[in-house]
Amino acid sequence: MATKTEDYLGITDYKVIGTRPIRHDGVDKVVGRAKYGADIDMAGMLHGAVVRSPHAHARIKSIDTSKAEALAGVKAVITVDDLPLQEDKIEDLGEGAANLQHLRANVLADGKVLYHGHAVAAVAATDIHTAQEAVDLIDVEYEVLEPVLTVHEAMQEDAPLLLEDQTTQSLGEDTGQKSNVCTHFRHELGDVEKGFAEAELVIEREFDTATVHQGYIEPQNATALWGADDQITVWCSTQGAFTVREQTAQILDVPVSQVKVVPMEIGGGFGGKIRIYLEPLAAIMSRKTGRPVKMVMSRTEVLQATGPTAGSFIKCKMGVDKAGKIVAAYAYMAYESGGFPGSWAAPGAMCIFAPYNIPNVLIDGYEVLVNKPQTMAYRAPGATNAAFASETIIDEICEQLDVDPLEFRLQNSAREGTRRADGPVYPRIGNEECVKTALSSEHYAAQLSGKNRGRGIASGFWFNVGLKSSAAASVNSDGTVSLVEGSTDIGGTRTSIAMQLAEVLGIRAEDVKPQVVDTDSIGDTDVTGGSRTTFATGWAAYQCALDIKEQLIERAAKLWEISTDDVVFDDGTFSSSDSSKTLSFKELSGMLDETGGPVMGRATVNPSGVGGAFAVMIVDIEVDTETGKVEILRVSMIQDAGKAVYPSYVEGQMQGGTAQGIGWALNEEYAYNGDGLLTNASLLDYRMPTCLDLPMIETHIVEVPNPGHPYGVRGVGEVPIVPPAAAVANAIYDAVGVRMTNLPMSPGEVLKALWAKNGGNGTA
Amino acid sequence: MPGKVHVTTTINGESVEFLCEPRQTILEVLRDQLDLTGTKEGCSNGNCGACSILVNGEVIDSCLMMGVEAEGQELTTIEGVASADGLHPLQQQFLEHAALQCGICTPGFIVAAKALLDQESNPSEERIRLYLAGNLCRCTGYDKIVRAVQDAASEMAE
Repeated sequence: MATKTEDYLGITDYKVIGTRPIRHDGVDKVVGRAKYGADIDMAGMLHGAVVRSPHAHARIKSIDTSKAEALAGVKAVITVDDLPLQEDKIEDLGEGAANLQHLRANVLADGKVLYHGHAVAAVAATDIHTAQEAVDLIDVEYEVLEPVLTVHEAMQEDAPLLLEDQTTQSLGEDTGQKSNVCTHFRHELGDVEKGFAEAELVIEREFDTATVHQGYIEPQNATALWGADDQITVWCSTQGAFTVREQTAQILDVPVSQVKVVPMEIGGGFGGKIRIYLEPLAAIMSRKTGRPVKMVMSRTEVLQATGPTAGSFIKCKMGVDKAGKIVAAYAYMAYESGGFPGSWAAPGAMCIFAPYNIPNVLIDGYEVLVNKPQTMAYRAPGATNAAFASETIIDEICEQLDVDPLEFRLQNSAREGTRRADGPVYPRIGNEECVKTALSSEHYAAQLSGKNRGRGIASGFWFNVGLKSSAAASVNSDGTVSLVEGSTDIGGTRTSIAMQLAEVLGIRAEDVKPQVVDTDSIGDTDVTGGSRTTFATGWAAYQCALDIKEQLIERAAKLWEISTDDVVFDDGTFSSSDSSKTLSFKELSGMLDETGGPVMGRATVNPSGVGGAFAVMIVDIEVDTETGKVEILRVSMIQDAGKAVYPSYVEGQMQGGTAQGIGWALNEEYAYNGDGLLTNASLLDYRMPTCLDLPMIETHIVEVPNPGHPYGVRGVGEVPIVPPAAAVANAIYDAVGVRMTNLPMSPGEVLKALWAKNGGNGTA
Repeated sequence: MPGKVHVTTTINGESVEFLCEPRQTILEVLRDQLDLTGTKEGCSNGNCGACSILVNGEVIDSCLMMGVEAEGQELTTIEGVASADGLHPLQQQFLEHAALQCGICTPGFIVAAKALLDQESNPSEERIRLYLAGNLCRCTGYDKIVRAVQDAASEMAE
């Protein structure tokens, strides 16, 4: 394996942390037995389908459902009138705040459609084909309006307004100005004017990045049963069962206790499976029919109406002094919100200059409505766009100063005590260690030769989050522990969580039986997102284990008739302090009945102490100057994990994020025509990387422990998607001498840049 | 709508009969009528490979085959890859290599890789990548999948 772990923690005597057990849910997933949301089947189950807008921007004049209702097999038809009215208020929905009227109007359009594919009505029928036939029988009359598709168009003073009452919140105050600009915010550090005045070299560039989709392979799905006792059960594939419960209860206007969400296995999310779409539709149609209703999106619906993440326009400017120190940086960041407010400029602004120690910074962020689906999180949301801008400018600075790009990053690196422009002062971070690891890597030392080949470097940052997690564990009489938790497992977190419990109790990972359970069976647990699951739910499991340990010490003390102070627990063995008596964890587990009954541990956490993650990417590419196609020859991802609890899956996150970032860099984009219709809503035309497009992905796990976590965990899921777009752009420059400022850098765009460089003569 | 058609086929070595509408794909029949939900639906138009099955040993996207076309064919789904003796080497290597994250594409990859290894005992990395290019995975970046297939090939050749 190409993996090398750089251990800055120095603790090497963990027994479980850092090992590579087979994941607990692995066998079910390789034999096809694991049950995902769409695998649900129930007696009497109906199948739902959704009527979607054929227009990007239109007023709904009328909806006639009579023909659909008359079709044999159709059991329910609903429109927004079937959803309870919502107040115009902001609620915390366990994934950040949202306006309830907007949430409702996104689930089913309320008077206006705001994007191609916006849900307008829904149908439930005895089989899916009948439901789809009924969809075609619903007549919706529209008054078509002019669409607004880019932040450039949307920010024009005379631009058509998506939400007619929307006013701009600027620097925390309502301007009263009606606009598609929902929010303007600013971060200031030092004096940016003064900083640029001191600079010897200033580079300023403008960047446009396309709207892209998370691209999970499993479409959204939801099945709901509204019981005669008014208890509502929802089965779905989600990153967060508790936020689905909260959102669904709000939209249905029922108490949260009336809704139980059963998280099924989830086929990828990347931030796109947090918001609800189908759940309330299935629930209301179940109430109308008294039968369970199952709804599964088609791939076209997934691309038209879920996710995507924000396209953006970023103007970025950086200045360095004679000594090669970055003295000033400015960014103007306008991000797409889609059809409803809420966007990703804010996290992008936290990340854009984060790997550097810069004394003077000004960042202006704008969140802008456009006629696209409401944008959702996508793996370090906002940060990839941001790093594409800042990291290509840094490459240009390095080129002009004729300095090594990694040495430059080391010289200007943020470190413990550095203040980020948005406020926080860093605790111990691992940025320098990532850069040093890149500098000393075999990849960086290897000569790259050949025509039209180049190497690119880029850094990335993601702050990671903590949030709420709960866990409960019961000791079994055979010395194993059953662990229940609320974090849905998208990529091995059952095991990375279980390992942290096992480490405390001195048992094997395999001796823990982890289960993800429904919202009635465990305490509130926030989403699997923000790179938080191994950090926070793992912490809850650690606390659970400490709870169990304390209780078992009491049992041993009782058995031996000594004080608990005289019981020692070490490496899975309880002993009396005079060493005359010992019991293994397994032996004591078999004696619970005779010492007082079952033992359960429980813990809830909402940890601060989150540790940010840095990454560096090295990529070698070759440009085909005939076609403009960029081939990835070799790629290395270097990342600070804090502590890699479950290294196989840390590598997996690094490799997956790298691959997604390369797709974003080279191919992926939402293609809208002039009418605002999405023209590439299939996985043939929305071009994600296949295994033929990528080489092996080398991983270097750096471990600079997070002082805020018992095992030093930082969180690993997101940051690897941040550097790739910039790294590939920098490699293209190194290969063929053109600076790419738009994403994706598709063959046509690369060719255009080559032609422009050669005087527009149409040949490279 | 014409009536249902009676189909006799072989699935995972066992003779199976079912009734299906002419408009139903074999994917829909497998999942919704025969409870073989290990075969996944990711796109319904032959672009993602999550629904890969073998028909007479050849890998196909089951979303592109109609149920009635199964008449007289021999089908293998993910449920037929492991035997009573245990996991297939591909399944074991996927676990050892951590070649799955969310797992939704995994059945399709294992079925497609099985078709390759049934035909070629020692495929190169490039050959594996070409053969599996019809299967999309969004989680892994493919590295661990390709390595798992390589090691399964070695194990099967022993």
